[in-house]
Amino acid sequence: MAAKLAVSLDGELVEITIRSLQVTITATLIAALIGLPLGAWLAVSRFPARRYIIALLNALMGLPPVVVGLIVYILLSRAGPFGVLGLLFTPTAMVIAQVIIITPLIASIAHQAMRELWADYRDLLISLNATRMQRIATLVWDGRRTLLTAKLAGFGRGIGEVGAIMIVGGNIDNATRVLTTAIALETGKGDFALALALGFILIGLAVAVNLGIHMLSRTEQGSLW
Amino acid sequence: MIRVIGICALLMAWAAPSVQAETLRMAVTTSFANSGLSDILLPAIRADTGLEVQLLVVGTGQALRLAAAGDVDAVLAHARAAEDQLVADGHATHRREIMYNDFVLIGPADDPAEIAQADTAAGALARIAGAAQPFVSRGDNSGTHVQELALWQAAGIEPQGRWYRATGSGMGAALNFAVATGGYILSDRATWLSFGNKGDLAILFSGDAALFNQYAYLPVNPDRHPHVNAAAAHRLEGWLTSDRARDLIDGFTIAGTQLFTFNATGD
Repeated sequence: MAAKLAVSLDGELVEITIRSLQVTITATLIAALIGLPLGAWLAVSRFPARRYIIALLNALMGLPPVVVGLIVYILLSRAGPFGVLGLLFTPTAMVIAQVIIITPLIASIAHQAMRELWADYRDLLISLNATRMQRIATLVWDGRRTLLTAKLAGFGRGIGEVGAIMIVGGNIDNATRVLTTAIALETGKGDFALALALGFILIGLAVAVNLGIHMLSRTEQGSLW
Repeated sequence: MIRVIGICALLMAWAAPSVQAETLRMAVTTSFANSGLSDILLPAIRADTGLEVQLLVVGTGQALRLAAAGDVDAVLAHARAAEDQLVADGHATHRREIMYNDFVLIGPADDPAEIAQADTAAGALARIAGAAQPFVSRGDNSGTHVQELALWQAAGIEPQGRWYRATGSGMGAALNFAVATGGYILSDRATWLSFGNKGDLAILFSGDAALFNQYAYLPVNPDRHPHVNAAAAHRLEGWLTSDRARDLIDGFTIAGTQLFTFNATGD
């Protein structure tokens, strides 16, 4: 029954599904651009505050989305410091909130992975007299498969997240409604069958993206070893 | 090759066409959207005025806050005192009544507190308190919550104790909670009739004048918030008070019951 409902939703369903993907994939890519080099940098650098930054990043992995949403909301509100940009209740605001949520997660996992890789590469890279930038670039490139896991974890956290995007997106029909906020809405209407159907689509989407990424990355397997 | 196809698919998804119409952001109460009335009105508004109304479905308390911050162009709310305050503070230009429905008291069909025999809404609440039957409160400063608190005050009761459960959630979530726990709850009639998970709850008390529920439209003041689309808000007000709106609002029924009654007057 739930599957039938999902199929009959057609156009609108496709639209909110695409929007879910747009927001979370964009956020994941931006978060990866920040988080991966940050994780690698923490792995190859030694400075006094390093352990505190790592501890902080690990703690921020559990950042409550609803708090992030509230803070981004206050910042982007017309009455807030960035109000003139008019970004509140737009997909851009949702991306900003998700970047904040996902980046610590990606950076932490990247740091863990890079630390082990760095243990293997350390002597070689230092004997080659590689600069810090070159070391980071080498680690990120050679560890790109493991880093994929970090990105997928970030995507996973973002695609299922509802607390932040509900607040900064507003769940506006045809504008900022995504799968998770639609599920919350249908639950509020007491339409559990439709809410559940949307939930299955969300889970299926997460599985499909993960499978898809793994299929895409397998094409270079031959050259890796 | 597979990668190329994948990238193409992604790019196509990104380039999804966006239809550009003049948009207006309106914060509305949950009952307006959850009842399904917005699904009837919005397409008609789009067809008649060319306005694409973006709805932010929130409780009245939050809706009025959004207006005060200038984050929306207009508000449709149902809490008279708070609305008058918004106008007095200069955040909204004026308050225009659009339509009304009524609140109803809902509870387990076997009615252990016997509120169906009460004479007034306040009396019904007093029976619930007296029998210490579970009562589910919105607890979110919404219009329904404000109404509920006014009724408790009229009954001369300070609701507290294990039987009084403030959920801090929207109408739908609170109804789900009441269904799951077999509690009494105050709801607007429209949301209840269109609610999909009624369980064994039923309307037990209604019809008291104190349960009258007036909806009003408030355009945000462009003098205070220069970025708002005041022209569009004015056009929407014209439409909401038109005969066309009257026909659609009065004609909106669920299971043969009319949910809202249009009562806007001319300028």
